[in-house]
Amino acid sequence: MISYIIRRTFAAVILLLVVTAVTFGIFFLLPRLAGQSPDQLAAQYIGKNPSPEDIAAVKANLGLDKPVYEQYWEFIKGIVSGATYNLGPTTAKCDVPCFGYSFKQHIEVWPQLVDRLPVTASLAAGAAVLWLVAGVATGVISALRPGSFFDRSAMGVALAGVSLPMFFTGQLALLVFSYQLDIFGRTYVPFTENPSQWANTLILPWCSLALLYSAIYARLTRSGMLETMSEDFIRTARAKGLGERKVVLKHGLRAALTPIVTVFGMDIGLLLGGAVITESVFSLPGIGQYAVQAITDNDLPPILGVTLLAAFFVVFCNLVVDVLYATVDPRVRLS
Amino acid sequence: MTDLSKTGAALGEPTRTGGTPSAFLDVRDLKVHFPTDDGLVKSVDGLSFQLEKGKTLGIVGESGSGKSVTSLAIMGLHRLGNRGKNVQMSGEIWLDGKELVSASPDEVRRLRGREMAMIFQDPLSAMHPYYTIGNQIVEAYRVHHKVDKKTARRRAVELLDRVGIPEPNKRVDSYPHEFSGGMRQRAMIAMALVNNPELLIADEPTTALDVTVQAQILDLIRDLQKEFGSAVVIITHDLGVVAEIADDILVMYGGRCVERGPVDDIFYEPQHPYTWGLLGSMPRIDREQTDRLIPVKGQPPSLINVPSGCAFNPRCPYADVPKGGITRTERPELREVGSRHFTACHLSSEDRTRIWNEEIAPKL
Repeated sequence: MISYIIRRTFAAVILLLVVTAVTFGIFFLLPRLAGQSPDQLAAQYIGKNPSPEDIAAVKANLGLDKPVYEQYWEFIKGIVSGATYNLGPTTAKCDVPCFGYSFKQHIEVWPQLVDRLPVTASLAAGAAVLWLVAGVATGVISALRPGSFFDRSAMGVALAGVSLPMFFTGQLALLVFSYQLDIFGRTYVPFTENPSQWANTLILPWCSLALLYSAIYARLTRSGMLETMSEDFIRTARAKGLGERKVVLKHGLRAALTPIVTVFGMDIGLLLGGAVITESVFSLPGIGQYAVQAITDNDLPPILGVTLLAAFFVVFCNLVVDVLYATVDPRVRLS
Repeated sequence: MTDLSKTGAALGEPTRTGGTPSAFLDVRDLKVHFPTDDGLVKSVDGLSFQLEKGKTLGIVGESGSGKSVTSLAIMGLHRLGNRGKNVQMSGEIWLDGKELVSASPDEVRRLRGREMAMIFQDPLSAMHPYYTIGNQIVEAYRVHHKVDKKTARRRAVELLDRVGIPEPNKRVDSYPHEFSGGMRQRAMIAMALVNNPELLIADEPTTALDVTVQAQILDLIRDLQKEFGSAVVIITHDLGVVAEIADDILVMYGGRCVERGPVDDIFYEPQHPYTWGLLGSMPRIDREQTDRLIPVKGQPPSLINVPSGCAFNPRCPYADVPKGGITRTERPELREVGSRHFTACHLSSEDRTRIWNEEIAPKL
């Protein structure tokens, strides 16, 4: 078990290195291959109409004239041991872990990510609780009475939930419940400052996000339950004289949970890396909004930072799921 | 082979409804029908039999003859789950003086596992893969007994020991996939016996096992039956199994009983052409190895369009033997042809005796 975790962690680190290399390549190598000169790259970091001297200075300071692999190495080194950026007259110190320095905002990337992570985490965690409860419950009830009125309407709503994009449902919810009825606030307040205000602003994003995901989870649970409820061991459970409730929840759902856990790990990982659309729609100052801002500003280091963070969460959550698998399904051996 | 003196399960009148039960398990004119889009599937269509405690009844037939449906009907397992809403059941099932077909689902649930228990065909898929053997036995015990987990666990270990699982103290915490096939079936038997059921139904208990383990499992069931004094119904397509363990045999075809009687009668004086076919297709150690097994020609009947008259008629090699004016569309009813021996065939007893003695017996 422990050796398995160590091996998987090692593999995860390698995977993350590959992700950094690819991301780095996309931002720093592809433009070059596409014919963009280091000069043009450097010009992005300066204001409008840069002078040739400015360009030369920035190019030298940022190491843009060095080969790409050397720049990559500097970046990786920064994560482990920090870096110092020469900004011409002044220098900027970037502390460990240095995920780059935004020259547009003149600020380190990492503290920005750390600041915004609680917002994204609040959004993801709250929505996850909602969609797990709603999705799994709906799926179970639907599977017990396939073809019933409940099943058909629930699956209809689920289809709508999957098809309707967040910028439709989210904005509609905002319009009705916040602008018109004025029930929910629109300015994010950290939990530590005012928990009730925090929940008040998050309820709409939670519900909108949960609608989308619970639709997927309801369908997943329904098909899983339909399959397990026709298994032989369900018949055995009934043959023991167990009540239907116990048969469904203890025997049926327990076996149907495995694929749900897998998908859940992925979804949470992806969401922690930034719920881009939801955060934009509800103006939540989270990782996703930070990424959108950085892309709009053509600010490469934050984009790189967000990508790496997202990759980290996905890889980490998958690792957790794989380890959990052995607990969920005793037939799985971690080796 | 069981000797004659041992047989003694009551086999009363073939079809008789109403009145009080005459045996521990008394099934009367049982019908289990499933409406489907293609038509009404008559899985069991008028089945009657009786079984006393301490006796074993073997129900034999090919796939789709209705033998498993019969066992599930006795257990009341049909009416549960998604497909349960559609099933149409009629007739009577008396277990120890209680009628089960008209009983409420909760009444039947309380009997299930306690008074009647079932051993299933493939113990790997019949046991929950995520719970330990011990947990599953403990669960079966605690449904019907208000005891704490410790007591129930002791009971589980005791039962595992009784069915011959080595180191039951340790193995009680194993998962089903950590057991071998034979061990799993033993555990399954332990689970079925944990509440001392008076009726034990074994649905193809040895089909998924290899031959040496089969014999051990059959021995175990027989020993446990002696010990617990329960009535046992064994459902199988394997005549070898019933020869070894049953007191009486009931041969099913197309959802109906075509022949039933004491085990020795069925093996030495079978009266129905289908039973002859089954015996002819059974490998025997005392037969010349060069002889080919004789299959029963044709396909089992569709349970939606069961042939009118005798369901076996289209496959019967003796369908053309004159039957004294009886038409093909007339259904043969069970008739007593010997002591407690019944068969449903239009052939006259002289024809049957002649065919058996001259054509069938010499080839077996």
